[in-house]
Amino acid sequence: MYWKEISRQMNDIGMGSFIIVFLIAIFIGAVTAVQFAYQMGGTLIPRYYIGYIVRDMTILEMAPTITCLVLSGKVGSNIAAEIGGMRQKEHIDAMEIMGVNTSAYLVMPKILAALIVIPLLVCVASIISIVGAYIASVPTGMFTGAEFIQGLRSWFDGYNVFIMLVKAIVFAFILTSVACYQGYFVKGGSIELGKASTQAVVAGNILILIADYVIALVLTA
Amino acid sequence: MIRIENIKKSFGDVEVLKGIDFEFLEGKCNLIIGKSGAGKTVLLKLLIGLLSPTSGKIWYDNVDFTKLGNKEVRKIRMEVGMLFQGSALFDSMTIEENIRFPMDMFTNFTKKQKDDRVNYCLERVNLEGVNKKYPSEASGGMQKRVGIARAIVLKPKYLFCDEPNSGLDPKTSIVIDALIASITKENDITTIINTHDMNSVMEIGENIAYIHEGILGWTGSKDQVLKSANDLLHDFIFASPFLQKLKDSVE
Ligand SMILES: Nc1ncnc2c1ncn2[C@@H]1O[C@H](COP(=O)(O)OP(=O)(O)O)[C@@H](O)[C@H]1O
Ligand SMILES: [Mg+2]
Repeated sequence: MYWKEISRQMNDIGMGSFIIVFLIAIFIGAVTAVQFAYQMGGTLIPRYYIGYIVRDMTILEMAPTITCLVLSGKVGSNIAAEIGGMRQKEHIDAMEIMGVNTSAYLVMPKILAALIVIPLLVCVASIISIVGAYIASVPTGMFTGAEFIQGLRSWFDGYNVFIMLVKAIVFAFILTSVACYQGYFVKGGSIELGKASTQAVVAGNILILIADYVIALVLTA
Repeated sequence: MIRIENIKKSFGDVEVLKGIDFEFLEGKCNLIIGKSGAGKTVLLKLLIGLLSPTSGKIWYDNVDFTKLGNKEVRKIRMEVGMLFQGSALFDSMTIEENIRFPMDMFTNFTKKQKDDRVNYCLERVNLEGVNKKYPSEASGGMQKRVGIARAIVLKPKYLFCDEPNSGLDPKTSIVIDALIASITKENDITTIINTHDMNSVMEIGENIAYIHEGILGWTGSKDQVLKSANDLLHDFIFASPFLQKLKDSVE
């Protein structure tokens, strides 16, 4: 019963968000590369540093944070609207009298699905954005492929990947639980539902940014 | 039998129900009537514990529902079927899955037993061969009937219907009323129906509670409605100019 619901949610969140995550990741990588090349133009810093900076920027900050901010908008608002609609159409009441523990039944599968799928999406996003950086800079002659790859392979620290995964897991939890909360306790009609959905995104984003800062402080201390 | 004793319910400063006593009888269609916003839905939700009363008692036979723990509440709920105002069918499930849902939650029936029961209930509400359809593919009247099928799937002792006719045309309303009334008789169910549909009142109202501004304005049966001298009730019943004229012409 629960497993079926978890897999449905994984599909919704994962496959449903893949294209948007893909697009964002490509452009983040491209912009990061182009702008760092611009900033370093005329300095003494070796050009292969750009590959190194793009990689760590992406893994540490861009992939987890931007992806989850966007997912909070897409998945969070969707979850709040879905659960809120069920509340308003008395589906939750109906389940409740049929012996369902609705908070567990509706919320747990979404959170579990997000905890599995969102870190995967973030991993994919970080790889794609490195590819995006390559595409934007190497063919256009900003630097050579060899320089870029040399940068990618310099000073790699697995701990950064750990930080990325911690962020992804924490953000995934925040964005789904905030959205579920907003939906579950919605009252009134469609105006309130719209508000709950917006509120899920706004509150989700703020909490993600705060958590981002806290994780950065704690894990790099 | 369900009896409520001095039931009060407030939301914040607003007192919606101001002390109601009533007895809902076994094997009868008990009606709660009153204007929109009178507190009919609130009262029904109090009876099943979706809301808690501010004060008062709710007796299911000799058990005070307001004093029960989660486990006992669950036991009572197993004996209650409820038809919600908007039917409240789950969109992501087929009609068949909707009707099976209470059995999945409350029973250890085999797949065959569940299938048989689903088909029996669908047949009982005169809907056959729609098992694999989704609620969104069914008309409002069909959705109500599926809602009824889901409500009776566990052979309830109590059947609660919140505005079973809302959003239906008069003809379909009559069919739904008749269906609820015959299921009530067949199984000796204590049925409680919220309505502001005068046609239902006159057709199936065996034991009626009229709620007016949070208090019980009138009680009686359909045969007593027309004879009653209660002004408030009459204002409510003959609110439509058409019925008023009809009444005047009869008199
Ligand atoms: N959860 C709630 N919070 C606050 N007010 C409520 C709530 N539920 C119902 N009410 C108020 O109680 C009153 C009665 O509502 P209701 O029982 O739905 O009326 P009806 O008789 O039409 O079914 C309304 O004024 C409604 O605004
Ligand atoms: Mg109502």
